[in-house]
Amino acid sequence: MTDFTPNEMMTIAAARELSNDDVCFVGIGAPSAACNVARLTHAPEITLIYESGTVGTKPDVLPLSIGDGELCDTALFTVSVPEMFRYWLQGGRITTGFLGGAQIDKFANLNTTVVGPYGRPKVRLPGGGGAPEIASNCGRIFITMALTKRGFVETLPFVTSMGHGEGGNHRERLGLKTKGPTRVITDLCILEPDPETKELTVVSIHPGVSREQIIANCGWPIRSAENVIETPAPTETELAVLRDINARTRKAHEGTGSGKEAA
Amino acid sequence: MARILPLAEAVAENVRDGDTVAMEGFTHLIPYAAGHEVIRQGRKDLFLIRMTPDILYDQLIGVGAARGMKFSWGGNPGVGSLHRFRDAVENQWPRPLEIEEHSHAAMANAYEAGAANLPFAMLRGYIGADLPKVNPNIRSITCPFTGEVLAAVPAIRPDVAIIHAQRADRSGNVLIEGIVGVQKEAVLAARRSIVTVEEIVDELSPPSPNSVVLPGWAVSAVAHVPGGAFPSYAHGYYPRNNAFYIRWDEIARDRESFTAWIKENVLDGNPEDFARHAAKKSSKAA
Repeated sequence: MTDFTPNEMMTIAAARELSNDDVCFVGIGAPSAACNVARLTHAPEITLIYESGTVGTKPDVLPLSIGDGELCDTALFTVSVPEMFRYWLQGGRITTGFLGGAQIDKFANLNTTVVGPYGRPKVRLPGGGGAPEIASNCGRIFITMALTKRGFVETLPFVTSMGHGEGGNHRERLGLKTKGPTRVITDLCILEPDPETKELTVVSIHPGVSREQIIANCGWPIRSAENVIETPAPTETELAVLRDINARTRKAHEGTGSGKEAA
Repeated sequence: MARILPLAEAVAENVRDGDTVAMEGFTHLIPYAAGHEVIRQGRKDLFLIRMTPDILYDQLIGVGAARGMKFSWGGNPGVGSLHRFRDAVENQWPRPLEIEEHSHAAMANAYEAGAANLPFAMLRGYIGADLPKVNPNIRSITCPFTGEVLAAVPAIRPDVAIIHAQRADRSGNVLIEGIVGVQKEAVLAARRSIVTVEEIVDELSPPSPNSVVLPGWAVSAVAHVPGGAFPSYAHGYYPRNNAFYIRWDEIARDRESFTAWIKENVLDGNPEDFARHAAKKSSKAA
C-alpha cells in the first residue's frame, strides 16, 4: 500500500463523495482541495461555485482566498455577490454545500464565530460568512474537519450554522426542506447522521485507524452504525493528483506573485 | 458629476470623523491606497462596514480609527485570524470595537436594499443560527401573501463608499471587470463615494461583455492610483499577492511589529508608493 497522511485520506475520501451531477458551493481549505481533486479525477463535469461569484470554475492551483483571480479566469461566468446569494444559493440551484468549521457538535451544527461568551470571547474567530445560508439552502451539506477533541465538542458555545439543530426532525420543524449535513468526513473516519436521531455515527473507518483512536479524539461518546466498513485507501491516481495540485499551489502562493506571472 | 482629484483631496472632501464608511471589494479590487490615505489623514471614530474585512480593516482597527464595524466574515482569507481585529474584540486594544455581525447573504441583500432606496432587506436566512440572538438588527417579517417568516435586516446606507476599479474615463465614468463583488451596490447605497482607478482613459471601450459601469454622475470623486489595490489585485492588471497575505499574519500578530509596519508603509508613505505594484499585462489605454 502506498503511504499517505491522514489529511490526504480525508481530502480524497471527501472528493469521492462528489459526482459530475453536483453543483457545489465550495469553501476554502480542505473543501476546496476535495472538490478540485474530484474534478481532476472522477468528476470532470462537476460545477464548482465559490461565493465570490465565480461559477463553473476550474482552477489550476487551489485558491488562497475565495476570490483569487484564478477562479475568475477559469470560470464559465462570474456574477456579483448579491446575485450569487440571491439567485443561485437562495434560488435553490445548488445541490451540495461543502463546509468546514472550528467546532462541530454531534448534530453537525458548526461554530466559526466565537469560543467563550459572544460579548466577551476567549477566541474571536472569523465568523459565519456564507455558512448560515449555505447550510440551509443547499440540497445537502458535506462537512470536512480533522477529528480532534477541541473540534468535536459536546456543546457549541455558538451555533454559526445549523446542521440538525437539536436532532430528530428539528430541521423540518423550522420549515427547512433541504437535507442538511449528510456526511462528515474526518481524517480518521466518516460519520453520518443516524436516520432517526440525527446524531453523527461512524460509518467508515480509514485504513490503519482503530475504534479507540476515534473515541479518544471525539469530545462526546461517539457511536458506530451497525455496519461499519473500512474506507478504501487512496489510489495511486488520487494521491498523485492531490499531491500535484498541492505542490502547484504551494509554489504559487509562496512566491512574490500569484503563479500567473509568466502568463 | 464625479470630480477627478488627487487621492488626498478626494479623501479630505469625502471622509469625515464619525462617518460610516464602506470600503468594499470581495477579495478583488480592495481599495488599499485609499484606506491608507484615510489612516494618514487621521480620521477617527469611523464605523466601518465591509462584508469581508481583511488586512485593510485590520490596519484601520489597529491604528484606532474605528469605533465599530459591521461585517460578515473577519479573517485573513486562507491564512487565519485578523490579529488586530481579535486584539480589539478580545482585549479592547487600542480601543473597544462595537461589532454588528451578519452573514454574507444578509450583507449583500442589505447593500442592495440601500442601493434600491428601501428601508430593509429580507432573505430566507439565519435559520437555526445564533446570530439573531446577539444582533438586535436581525429581525423577522411575515410575508403578507404566504405567511412565511423571513429574516429582515436594515438597509446599508453608508455616509461614504470607497472602492477601487480598473478604469475611468475623463468624465469620471467607471468600469469594473472580473469579480465585481458588492462594489456597485455599495456606491449606489452611499451618500458620497470615492473610486480609485488603475487608469484614466479617453474611452472606456472596449469593455468586456457584462462589465459593470458606474456613471460619473453617480460617483463623487475619482482618483488615479495605479496599483491602488495591492496586495489584492486588479483583474487584467496585476495578480493578488498571496505571499503578502501570508506575511501579514506575522506582521499583525504583535502590536510593536504592526505599529512599526504602519509607520513605515502608511504614515511615512504616499499613494504613489502603490504604483510599483501596477504591472499592467495589456495596455487598454488610448
